[in-house]
Amino acid sequence: MNSKNPPKKNNWSWRSQAFRGLIYQVIAILAIGGFVWFLAHNTLLNMRVRGIQSGFDFLKQAAGFDIGESLYPFDSAQPYWQAFLVGVTNTLRVAVLGIILATVLGTLLGVGRFSRNALVRGLCLVYVEFFRNIPVLLQLLMWYVILTEVLPAATDAWVLGPFFLSKGGLNYPIPVWSTGQLWAASGLIPGLALAWVYRRWAKRQFEASGQVRSMVWMPMVIVVAASLLGWLLGGAPTALNRPFKGDFSIENGGALTPEFLAVLLGLTLYTASFIAEVVRGGIQSVPLGQSEAGAALGLSRHQEMRLVMLPQALRVIIPPLTNQYLNLTKNSSLAVAIGYPDVVSIANTALNQTGRAVECISLVMLVYLSTSLGTAVLMNWYNSRSAIKER
Amino acid sequence: MTATIFQPIAARPAPVDTEGPVAWVKANLLADWKTTLATLIVGGVLLWLVPQILNWAVFKAAWLPNYEACRAPGVGACWGVIAEKYRVIIFGRYPFEEQWRPLIATVLLTGLLVASCMRMFWKTWLPLLWLVVLAAFFTLMYGNTLGLTQVDTDRWGGLPLTILLASLSLVMSFPIALLVALGRRSSLPAIRSFCTIYVELIRGVPLISVLFMASFMFPLFMPQGFKIDVLIRVLVGITLFAAAYSAEVIRGGLQAIPKGQVEAAATLGLSYWQTQRKIVLPQALAMVVPGIMNNFISTFKDTSLVTIVSLYELTGAMSLALNSDSNWRPFTIEGYIFIALIYFVFCFSMSRYSHWVEKQVNKSKLR
Repeated sequence: MNSKNPPKKNNWSWRSQAFRGLIYQVIAILAIGGFVWFLAHNTLLNMRVRGIQSGFDFLKQAAGFDIGESLYPFDSAQPYWQAFLVGVTNTLRVAVLGIILATVLGTLLGVGRFSRNALVRGLCLVYVEFFRNIPVLLQLLMWYVILTEVLPAATDAWVLGPFFLSKGGLNYPIPVWSTGQLWAASGLIPGLALAWVYRRWAKRQFEASGQVRSMVWMPMVIVVAASLLGWLLGGAPTALNRPFKGDFSIENGGALTPEFLAVLLGLTLYTASFIAEVVRGGIQSVPLGQSEAGAALGLSRHQEMRLVMLPQALRVIIPPLTNQYLNLTKNSSLAVAIGYPDVVSIANTALNQTGRAVECISLVMLVYLSTSLGTAVLMNWYNSRSAIKER
Repeated sequence: MTATIFQPIAARPAPVDTEGPVAWVKANLLADWKTTLATLIVGGVLLWLVPQILNWAVFKAAWLPNYEACRAPGVGACWGVIAEKYRVIIFGRYPFEEQWRPLIATVLLTGLLVASCMRMFWKTWLPLLWLVVLAAFFTLMYGNTLGLTQVDTDRWGGLPLTILLASLSLVMSFPIALLVALGRRSSLPAIRSFCTIYVELIRGVPLISVLFMASFMFPLFMPQGFKIDVLIRVLVGITLFAAAYSAEVIRGGLQAIPKGQVEAAATLGLSYWQTQRKIVLPQALAMVVPGIMNNFISTFKDTSLVTIVSLYELTGAMSLALNSDSNWRPFTIEGYIFIALIYFVFCFSMSRYSHWVEKQVNKSKLR
C-alpha cells in the first residue's frame, strides 16, 4: 500500500501479486471466451444440421398475422419489424400507465400506514401483505377471468355515466379532434414555460426573503389557465365521440380491451404494494427530530412534510423505486399469458412462424435491456440531483 | 386581622384514560373531525362490502363436489371444485395411484426447509441432510428403483414442482451469487467486468425471456445428440436468474464492511481467500440474510412463470385441472383463490421469518 518504498519490482514470478492477477484474468478470459465459442459453434452446427435459417432478414417479410390491438393501424401484410414495433409500443403503453398509477396508489398506501386512523392503517397493511404475497402471474390470470367471465356481456354492459364496462372491455368517450384542441395544446406550451419561470422566481424570492410561496398550486393554475385560454380562443369545442350500445356490441368512443385492463390492473395493484413499502421505509428513515425541528420553526404540518420530511425521504426512496419501475416493466412481459400483444407475445408468434428462436429472443432481450438501461440512466440523473450535496 | 380561612382549590379533573379499549378508540378512530370522518367512510364501505364477501364465500357457498348444485341460482362460491379437483391441482399430472410419493417427497423437502430456518439446526451436518433429502426426493419422484415405477419429469407437477424449483434454485444460486459478488468487487478488471456484465444483463431482462431461452435455445447450444431434460434446463435458467439478484444483495453486504476489517486482516498476513472466509463473509452474510430471504420469496413466486413454458407447477396444474373439464370450467375463480391462498401461506410465513431474522441480526448491534 505504501507508494514510496520498497521500489516496485516488476518480476515475472508467481510471488508477484500483479503477475498472479494477470494470470487469473487470462485464464478467466480464455475460459469464458472458450465457453462462448463452444456455444456459438454448437448453435451454428445445430442450425446447419436442422436446416434452420438464420439472420434478421425475416424482419422485412410480411408478418401474416393480425394483432388484436395497436396504437396505429396494423394488418397482416405489413412486415415483421412493424409487428415488433407494435409490440414495443403496447409494452411501453401498459408500462408507462402502470408506473404512473402504481406510483400514485403506492404513495397513498405508504403514507396511509402512518395515518392516525387505525382503520386506514390496518387496511393499508392488509392490502400490502395480501397483494405482495401472491404471484403477479396469478393475479393477472385472476383479473383476466374476472374481466372476461364475471362481467356482463356487451349487450347489457354496466353503464357508469358515459363509460361502459362489459366483457368487451371499457368504452369511454373521446373528444372529436378539431382545431380547438390544437389551440388548447398550443396554450399548454406557453403555460408550461410560464409556470417554470414562476417557479424559478418563487424559489429566488424564497431564498432572498424566506417567504414561502405556493410552489405546486400556482404553477398548476398557470398551466390549466393557459390551456383553457387556448381552448376558449379555439372556439371551445365540446364535441365528444360518445360510446353507445349497438345491437351486438358497444360502438364508437375509445375502448380498452379486457386484456389490456387485466395487465394494467394486475401490474398496478401488485407493484403498488411494493411501492407502498418503499415509501413507508423512506419516511421512517427520516429521524423524528427533523419533524420536531420543523414544528419548532413554526412550519405547518403540510409545510413540514413538503419542505423537511419529503426531500430527505426521497433520497432513500428513489433507488428502490427505480427498481420497482423496472420490475413493473419486466413483469409486463407476463402479458403473454393472457394474450395481450406485448413484445414477448409478438416475438413468440414470430418465433413459431419463422422458427428463428435466437433472433426473436435476442430482440426481446434487447428491447428490455435498453428500456432498463434507459430508465436506470434517467433515474440516476434524478437521484444525483436529489442526493445530498456535500462539500 | 381576619383569620385566613382555608379555601380548598377545586379538584383537578381525573386524568384522561390513556389505556383500555375506550381510550384506544378515542385516540385511533375518533381523535378529531378528520379522523372521525375517515372512520365513518372506511367503516361504512367495510360494513357494506364484508357481509357481501362473506355471503359469497361462506354462507351461500356450495361445498360439495356437485357441479349441478353449484350452478343453481343464488349460490355463491363453489368450493366443490376444490373438493373434486384438489389432487390434480396439487400434484398435477402425476399418476393418480402414485400420488403418495410426491406427498411424502414434498413433506420431506418442506420439513427440511422449515428446519433449515431454525437456529438449533444450524449445524455442520445440515448440508449433508440436504443432500440426503434431495436424493430421497428424486428417488421418490422419479422411481425406477426399489420397486417404484418410473415417472418421467414431464408428468411431475403441482406443489412438489413449485417447492423443488424454488428451493433447488436457491441452494444452487447461492455459491454462484457469492462468487459473482466477490468478483464484482475484485481488483482484477477482467473478472470485475465479466461479473458486472453478467449481473446487469440478467437483471435487465425479464425472467420469461430467460425461460424461453432455456426451453427454445438451450437445445441449440448443446453438442449434437446431447439431450437434456426440460426440467433441468428451466432449473438452470431460474438458478442463473436468481444468482444475479442474490449477487447484488450480497454485494450490498460486502460494501457495508468497513475497510479497516480488510486492512486488519492484511496486517495479520491473511491471504485473499482467508480474509474473505474468516473476516469479511461472516460479517457480510449475517447482514444480508433478510435480503436473501426476500429473493427466495420472489423466486418462489416466480416459479409460477414456468407454466408459460409448459411445466405444470401449481398455477399450470390448476389451469390443467379446470380447462380440461367443461363441467367445472366456470369455477376457475374459486380454483385461483385456492392456489392464491397456498402461495400466500408460504410467502407470508417466509416474510414473517425474514422479519424475525432481521431482528435477530440487529440484536447484536443493540447495546
